[in-house]
Amino acid sequence: MDIKDTLFRPVFRDNPIALQILGICSALAVTSSMQVSLVMAIALTLVTAFSSFFISAIRHYIPSSIRIIVQMTVIASLVIVVDQFLKAFAYDTSKQLSVFVGLIITNCIVMGRAEAFAMKNPPVPSFLDGLGNGLGYSFILMAVAFVRELLGSGKLFGVEILPLITEGGWYAPNGLLLLPPSAFFLIGLLIWAIRSLQKDQVEEPEFRIAKHTTAIEEGA
Amino acid sequence: MSSNKESLGRIVTVALALCIVCSVVVSSAAVVFKPAQEVNKTRDLKRNILMAAGLYDPELTVEEQFQRVDSRVIDIETGAYVSDIDATTFDQRAAAKDPATSMALDTSTDIANIIRQSKYALVYLVNDDQGGLDKIILPIHGYGLWSTLYGFIALESDGNTVAGLGFYEHGETPGLGGEVDNPRWKNIWKGKQVYREGAVAINVKKGTVDPQAANADWEVDGLSGATLTSRGVSNLVQYWLGDRGFESYLQNLREGDA
Repeated sequence: MDIKDTLFRPVFRDNPIALQILGICSALAVTSSMQVSLVMAIALTLVTAFSSFFISAIRHYIPSSIRIIVQMTVIASLVIVVDQFLKAFAYDTSKQLSVFVGLIITNCIVMGRAEAFAMKNPPVPSFLDGLGNGLGYSFILMAVAFVRELLGSGKLFGVEILPLITEGGWYAPNGLLLLPPSAFFLIGLLIWAIRSLQKDQVEEPEFRIAKHTTAIEEGA
Repeated sequence: MSSNKESLGRIVTVALALCIVCSVVVSSAAVVFKPAQEVNKTRDLKRNILMAAGLYDPELTVEEQFQRVDSRVIDIETGAYVSDIDATTFDQRAAAKDPATSMALDTSTDIANIIRQSKYALVYLVNDDQGGLDKIILPIHGYGLWSTLYGFIALESDGNTVAGLGFYEHGETPGLGGEVDNPRWKNIWKGKQVYREGAVAINVKKGTVDPQAANADWEVDGLSGATLTSRGVSNLVQYWLGDRGFESYLQNLREGDA
């Protein structure tokens, strides 16, 4: 197992959001500002990396009948630690993230990596895999947040880039981009772009639309 | 190992061991970070109070600036100070939920849509450099479109002129109702008058206020695209400055016997 491959493959080639379509919910909710997205990305990356590490370390002892709940317990504990830490040292951001830090517990990427990778691999590759997937998530999050914050409120990291009309400037902000559904469009466009560059990600169609037939043709 | 890995005893042992380890980790995190969190929480509240009054200066620490502020608890009904409640530990939001310290409101008077109201309220008195009263900061809350807005309104020492307004917690739509946080809009409130002939007259108007109009001093521009949030803000400000809110306290203050 190549370290570089484990770490960077999930960022572009095997991105958890763009290819596996996991973790969409929080990607919609927290991406209206880059500052908040960054903290969320760091929090999720740490949780994914460490939960994969710990689950992998105890994988030989986990009875398979209770493995999911064991994974959940480890993940939930880590998330609570991260949440408490943010409340103590990044209070303003944690207020903006509100429930979404807690919802990392239900983020499919964390569970997905624990179940798909950490249960079958040694701790160090699992840690790197978690880190890589976290980075993949972060990459999409930051890309979406960049567009949403720039065009939605004319700012980047809270610094004014495009002066708004309401503040006496010239830029009329796009209100849709401040609302969560806009992230759907942006993620969709990103997936399109990634799949145009990497054709092997394009899925085989599950069925083909048959040629239109008419009764006359059938009879003929 | 794999043969007895699935045995009942094994499952129970693993589950128990894991729970103990995880609970130790979680509880130690909670205990270790608690003091820092408490500090953050009080600092955040104090900063919001100062921001509402337009006194906050990011260069100085919050604690330093808050030295000028005197926190007191009042009885809403009589408008007099209550001495047996400690203002530093009094939680008005918790008090509003406790039947012993609150009263239910009926729908006809409850224009701010808060359902229950605490019998006691916090007030923050800001002193100027000579020790005289400079500003009065009052906590206000009420329902907007999606959420309850929590904030502060600051009045000049005459108890009638608005010195500032700010909300520190709300869930209104960003870009529309969320514009209650817009500094330009909050600036409009400065200098507006609250009472006219003894009654609360301040309100948020739909659209823009003509500065030449006779009642321009009592009216604030509505937020465009946020009619219901604007109405909510208008109602909650009227409610809290009215006779069920701080009116009697402000009256006492004006007469000098609060």
